[in-house]
Amino acid sequence: MSIPVTTQTVLAVEDLRKIYNEGTDAANMAIDSVSFSVEKGEFVCIVGPSGAGKTTLLRCISGLAAPSSGSVTFEGKRLTDVPAQLGLVFQDYSRSLYPWYTNGRNVALPLAARGVPKGERAARVAEVLGNVGLGHVEKKYPWELSGGMQQRVAIARALSYRPELLLMDEPFASVDAQTRFDLEDLILKVRTELGITVVLVTHDIDEAIYLSDRIVVLSKNPSVVKEVVPVSLGESRDQVETRSSPEFLELRNHLLSLVMPHA
Amino acid sequence: MSRLTTASVPTVRRSARPGVPLRRIGRVLTGLWLPVLLLVLWWVLSARSTSPFFPPLSDILGETWNQWVVFGAWQNAVSSLRNLLLGYVLGAAIGIVGGSLLWRLRLLRTAANPLIYFLYVLPAPALLPAMIAIFGIGDLRQIALISFGAIWPTLLNTLDGMRGIDTVKFDTARALRLSSWRSYFTLVLPGAGPQIAAGLRASLTVGIILMVISEMVAARSGIGYFILQSQAEFAIKKMWTGIIVLALIGTLLNYLFVFVERLVLRWYYRSRALGGS
Ligand SMILES: Nc1ncnc2c1ncn2[C@@H]1O[C@H](COP(=O)(O)OP(=O)(O)OP(=O)(O)O)[C@@H](O)[C@H]1O
Ligand SMILES: [Mg+2]
Repeated sequence: MSIPVTTQTVLAVEDLRKIYNEGTDAANMAIDSVSFSVEKGEFVCIVGPSGAGKTTLLRCISGLAAPSSGSVTFEGKRLTDVPAQLGLVFQDYSRSLYPWYTNGRNVALPLAARGVPKGERAARVAEVLGNVGLGHVEKKYPWELSGGMQQRVAIARALSYRPELLLMDEPFASVDAQTRFDLEDLILKVRTELGITVVLVTHDIDEAIYLSDRIVVLSKNPSVVKEVVPVSLGESRDQVETRSSPEFLELRNHLLSLVMPHA
Repeated sequence: MSRLTTASVPTVRRSARPGVPLRRIGRVLTGLWLPVLLLVLWWVLSARSTSPFFPPLSDILGETWNQWVVFGAWQNAVSSLRNLLLGYVLGAAIGIVGGSLLWRLRLLRTAANPLIYFLYVLPAPALLPAMIAIFGIGDLRQIALISFGAIWPTLLNTLDGMRGIDTVKFDTARALRLSSWRSYFTLVLPGAGPQIAAGLRASLTVGIILMVISEMVAARSGIGYFILQSQAEFAIKKMWTGIIVLALIGTLLNYLFVFVERLVLRWYYRSRALGGS
């Protein structure tokens, strides 16, 4: 285990509750009570069934939506807006990339907003597109790429300003299985290379085990934390070996029994 | 509010790839066969016409050259075009800025909504007497009327286009920490671009109509003035030349518009051609 032992909490979620349309007839509690924390350098997955409130939770912990009660603390400060040191990758890349700009320009957007000078911007765009293995698409448009490549551009855009924490909402849900494996390995590689903290939301148990250091299991809507499961599969992972190891299968059974109590 | 488009606008074709000029020429030809056929028919059928109201097309074309080039009627076209350009640019600018303000300020929007639809359905020519009273008879009145008419299609389409932008794109802008102005120019304007263009195109058509109408009432120059004056002098052939010049200018302006639109919204037409978003 070469993960730095100097534990420092990057993200702390305490007793978070989210009620949509609060105080009206249409009030809808999406999240009942969720608490967990993420340490620096950790890879944490949040799993929960469809409609559990995963996207809602991510919107709250990224500062896009305000919780109804409870608190979210990022690097010791209570969240009010999206912090500058946070990268966000949305579930649907075709809705989050700007089709009127080239991929390079898309990736450069947050850099320009942060006042990075033009020359440095170009170098960073090239570098970060290289990190996700897409050095050659800078001048192309997002809609000229396959789905998996578009999501990689979105990841590159979130990484371009070197965030402390990367939040991803089912980033691989709408690509085929092969691409999915590639993207999973890519994100593990990028994470070690850049040493960032990652929180990834998914409904896929296998994916969660393969990627995580820890898994936060949500109940169905309105969600509470059922259990936080530590994953001790070591640092290097391999799609074939890791997924067939006894530890993996054991974890898988445990998680299945958590999300499907009757199975 | 759906898109305002007009039937008189030429349909746009996908730009050809280099290396296939033949196909490109073929496409232009397929787009042209009907107008050409109609012109030929007009030419042939009117060739022996003795009716004073329908002179032969060949005569009209000859007269057009005389009137508009030799006798200097082109000055009418220049004054028409100048008024149209000034009025249109002013109206379109007010439309885009006004639409953006209404999009941004919800309170203003709810308050202004009934008024805007009232002004939008009010036929602009009905305001002509009022405009004459306010601005007198002259170019200023013409420009004011054209601007007034050009505002509404652009304003409503701008507002509609901006309201239709996907909320995830706004979440993205916040996550990337784009400032308000930056997201206006990098997200809101381009995102509403296709619909703003549709509004601008409808505004152009309205502007041309109002240009002619305003020149037909208490004016001393312009193509509309020329047409009405010729008719009053029973110079029917001369009148036809005015109509032909008007049709030519209208067609050219529409093609020019489509050309610029294709350049500016290249991403949109190309992504649609690819079956993308
Ligand atoms: N903007 C909203 N207004 C009202 N209710 C909402 C809103 N967004 C989500 N909800 C409700 O909150 C609950 C959780 O939705 P959410 O999208 O967070 O689930 P999810 O776990 O991300 O689902 P999926 O796996 O399908 O992505 C659902 O019952 C949904 O109807
Ligand atoms: Mg979701």
